[in-house]
Amino acid sequence: MPQDVLFQLKGVSKCFVKGKEKITIFEDLDLTINRGDFIAIMGPSGSGKTTLLNMLGGVDQPSAGEIWFDGARVDNLSEGALTRWRARNIGFIFQFYNLMPMLNAARNVELPLLLTKLSRAQRKKHVETALALVGLSDRAKHMPGEMSGGQQQRVAIARAIVSDPQLLLCDEPTGDLDRTTADEVLEMLQLLNREHGKTIVMVTHDPAAAKYAKQTLHLDKGKFVQRELVA
Amino acid sequence: MSDFYLIYKNMTRKPLRLFLTCFSIFIAFLIFGTIITFKSALDAGVEMSADNRLVVFNRINFTVPLPESYFHKVAAVEGVRDVTHLNWFGGYYQEPANIISVMAVEPESYLDVYSDQLVPPEQREAWLRNRQGILVGQKLAEMYGWKIGDRVPISSNIFSHRDGGQTWDFVVEGIFHNADAQADTRMAVFHYKYFQETATFGGDTIGWLTLTTEDASLNEQVAKTIDAMFANSPYETDTSTEKAFSKAFIEQIGNIGLIIFGVVFMAFFTILVVVGNTMALAIRERTGEIAVLKTLGFSSPRIFRMVLSESLLIALLGGLSGLAMAYFLLEGIKSTMGQFLPNLIMDGKIVIQAVGYMLLLGIVTGLLPALNALRLNIVTAFNRG
Repeated sequence: MPQDVLFQLKGVSKCFVKGKEKITIFEDLDLTINRGDFIAIMGPSGSGKTTLLNMLGGVDQPSAGEIWFDGARVDNLSEGALTRWRARNIGFIFQFYNLMPMLNAARNVELPLLLTKLSRAQRKKHVETALALVGLSDRAKHMPGEMSGGQQQRVAIARAIVSDPQLLLCDEPTGDLDRTTADEVLEMLQLLNREHGKTIVMVTHDPAAAKYAKQTLHLDKGKFVQRELVA
Repeated sequence: MSDFYLIYKNMTRKPLRLFLTCFSIFIAFLIFGTIITFKSALDAGVEMSADNRLVVFNRINFTVPLPESYFHKVAAVEGVRDVTHLNWFGGYYQEPANIISVMAVEPESYLDVYSDQLVPPEQREAWLRNRQGILVGQKLAEMYGWKIGDRVPISSNIFSHRDGGQTWDFVVEGIFHNADAQADTRMAVFHYKYFQETATFGGDTIGWLTLTTEDASLNEQVAKTIDAMFANSPYETDTSTEKAFSKAFIEQIGNIGLIIFGVVFMAFFTILVVVGNTMALAIRERTGEIAVLKTLGFSSPRIFRMVLSESLLIALLGGLSGLAMAYFLLEGIKSTMGQFLPNLIMDGKIVIQAVGYMLLLGIVTGLLPALNALRLNIVTAFNRG
């Protein structure tokens, strides 16, 4: 595997049975993601974008094929090992932010650090850095309900990057935001990719959002039908 | 922040629901603590009765007296070691509310039959010598600050004194304690002869007989012999062990055991259903959040522990408050009714038992939601959300 390859899907298939019907989402799908990539995955509803993202994040398993991450196969890991792998390597950003409503911004950002061996002081420092990076240092004590959608998504981004994962997986990260706020969030993702070397895979319906990525993959009926490099 | 902080924040996110859930458990353990302590206090009398001690009552019921001659007739029955007779005096000290258990007894035989009531030899002699002397239990003496040589007036709510009034003068000649430290010693006994000479009525009969057998194995045979001896007479008898009598006496106010079991079981079952339903609902509401935690890398067993800990904490929070309230309630009852139920004490055994039930409640109500959280599939949870 070449040095810059971070993720590789080899002949991955995903199907499930609904009643008596067998539904195939992908068949024999190949994908290579290099370190430092910022990939947007687009496609119509039901094309398998989110399923693909789930498989990259180890929350869903392929029916066939192999998934490799940083030179190691991950699709055959046990649930526990996959959970630990996910905590170490992947940061998630969701459409609806998915912050814990009973925790303030700083506590939400701290959540992934509970899975590390960092001391309380170290965790505090990491949280401050992540919140500063997303421009929310002054909102650390605010509860999610006291913040706008854009601010909540920035807290979610801080949570995703606080443990310094290699890969960020974003599922419609601007789907719930207005254009201006969406652009701010996308600029932030771009910054994380360019300045901090984070590899990003983003699922989106929005062509304007996809323009922030370095390349766009179009998925339809379980196949990549088009690969577009953004200038 | 720690897992405990997360548990705490989850628990307190809906304060009203937390309060109501804890309050339900509070009520359950208030009932449990109070009733079990009552039962334990009532049972204490039964447990402290000697195995080879029998009581002979009038067959009609224990308030109807027996002829004095029965004392000697029973003493002659084969297998009987010692026998004494007692009369309920219905005593109180100064105020009718200060009821004390006082009995007129045949002194020498009383000390033989109740050999577990330990009296210093010189006090024993002094009491036997002084017809006006009274032998007082240690707890009763402590309660009213009585000392050897004190003259104490004790009134009766049943009998009248020949000199007028209902008060008798006694001299404290002895203070006994029981071989079993837990035994009730809030009682006093005095000479039957003094009672016989001074009471306007009741001095020609005895209340009941208490006897010890040579061996507990002879109890049945001795009881049958005594009852057969007085069968078809105007004063038929009913002989049973002291334990059986105490139990029957307690059960006269209903089958305490059954009532307690019924109340506690129903309360627990109701609470179990309410708390279980609340916990299940609370966890179901958090399906999306649990899925997020799993996505972030929280392991399933860790989430299982967090959910179970939450329900255990709620059970302990409500349960311990309820138990504490039961304790204070019982202390209050004891201060006014202590003479009836001297063993009304919530001891360590009851507390341990209650804590065990709290843990059981927490586990039973939290297990299903915790298992659901453990098995939660992230993809399914997000799709549902």
